[in-house]
Amino acid sequence: MIAIINYGVGNLFSLESSFNAIGKNVKVTSDPEDLKKSERIILPGVGAFEDAAKKLKSSGLVETLLDEVKRGKPLLGICLGMQMLFTKSYEFGEHEGLNLIPGTVRYIGEVIPEGLKIPQIGWNALQVGGRSEEVGGQSIIKNNGEYVYFVHSYAAFCDEKFITATTNYGADLTASVQNKNIYGVQFHPEKSGNVGLNILREFCAVSADRQEV
Amino acid sequence: MITKRIIPCLDVRDGRVVKGVNFENLNDVNSPVELAKFYSDNGADELVFYDITASSDGRKIFTDILRETARNVFIPLTVGGGISSVKDFERVLSCGSDKVSVNTGAIKNPALISEAAKLYGSQCVVISADVKRVDGEFRIFARGGRDDTGIEAINWIKKCVDDGAGEVVLNSIDTDGIKKGFDLEMLKAVCDVINVPVIASGGAGSIEDFITLFKTLPKVDAGLAASIFHFGEVSIKNLKERMRSENISVRL
Repeated sequence: MIAIINYGVGNLFSLESSFNAIGKNVKVTSDPEDLKKSERIILPGVGAFEDAAKKLKSSGLVETLLDEVKRGKPLLGICLGMQMLFTKSYEFGEHEGLNLIPGTVRYIGEVIPEGLKIPQIGWNALQVGGRSEEVGGQSIIKNNGEYVYFVHSYAAFCDEKFITATTNYGADLTASVQNKNIYGVQFHPEKSGNVGLNILREFCAVSADRQEV
Repeated sequence: MITKRIIPCLDVRDGRVVKGVNFENLNDVNSPVELAKFYSDNGADELVFYDITASSDGRKIFTDILRETARNVFIPLTVGGGISSVKDFERVLSCGSDKVSVNTGAIKNPALISEAAKLYGSQCVVISADVKRVDGEFRIFARGGRDDTGIEAINWIKKCVDDGAGEVVLNSIDTDGIKKGFDLEMLKAVCDVINVPVIASGGAGSIEDFITLFKTLPKVDAGLAASIFHFGEVSIKNLKERMRSENISVRL
């Protein structure tokens, strides 16, 4: 079973449907026992970082989540859920994330040329980079040039070795990241047609054998 | 680079797509779910479902249809029609829609946009403006384009964006149904004052009209149409191939 963490941020109907569409058994849950029993975990999220981080922390799931991930269980953060994997976000202040990948989340206006609309809303192409062996694990983003659906005003900034793909919106922005068994995508795979479903399939194919990492 | 979006719009009444649809190879051309799947498989970047039901029974059917669509179609889905409160937002969001478009509801209840933006984020709130020229100015019309509200359109749209609307669908009543091209003058007036995505609607009759739209107004992000897609007059695939050959960034 794949556990989709429900911590009261955004609607999870489409995400749940997308896993059903690829024939995977999913459970939308806020029960730590489900996280333990699950084969892999999805951390979703839309909205503001501060609010989401607070809700996640008060959900009582963080400890179990970190524990499971440490044992090698694959985790996929989506959109704001991906941003939460990082050390810190500077969205309206300074807020702590889960620190599973060292890095920060900052306003895209800091790096893209003036005049471009913020948020970036729409389909943009993945530029799949030379993935670093250092980060370990199996890759889930494989095809260069495929289009996926983005909606975001903030993006992750971190050591290049964690970045598995970027997308160009006046500047190269982080589109996907990986640190061993921890995966993150800034775009919405559940809204990116067959390309997105294939990325979810790849995530479901990543080895879920338990191991200390 | 981010691509220009092509968006078919489906008007749904009592669970069926209205405006006759003319497609071969579709078992049930008036089924919103079938048609949504067809468009998604054939290159649509997004879909708009417009609920033109008046009765509460019809509304229930609409949300059932929505849920069934979201179970099967994995591109962004915008829902409009009959949205007058945050409760309506909740109703359609819980059925799998990604964005909610408000029209008459925002005119009647000016706080709706800011309330919804605060609850669901700006990316979720779309203002859909039906605009017509009256006495030398652009005016907002309500109730599906029937009532002149007397409100000057450009400033009103700007205010909606300031209040938190994350996207604007501009439907020109003057060009709607005429099939001679989008209302470039009206679109430019809106693009000049806001910096969120603008979706052009009303007037598309051919592939050429989309090319002219995106070439003339690079700030327009998407083109929306209904009958020309439904009747098969324009195939989205052909349209996008042509856009690419004209160096307009597009997802193929």
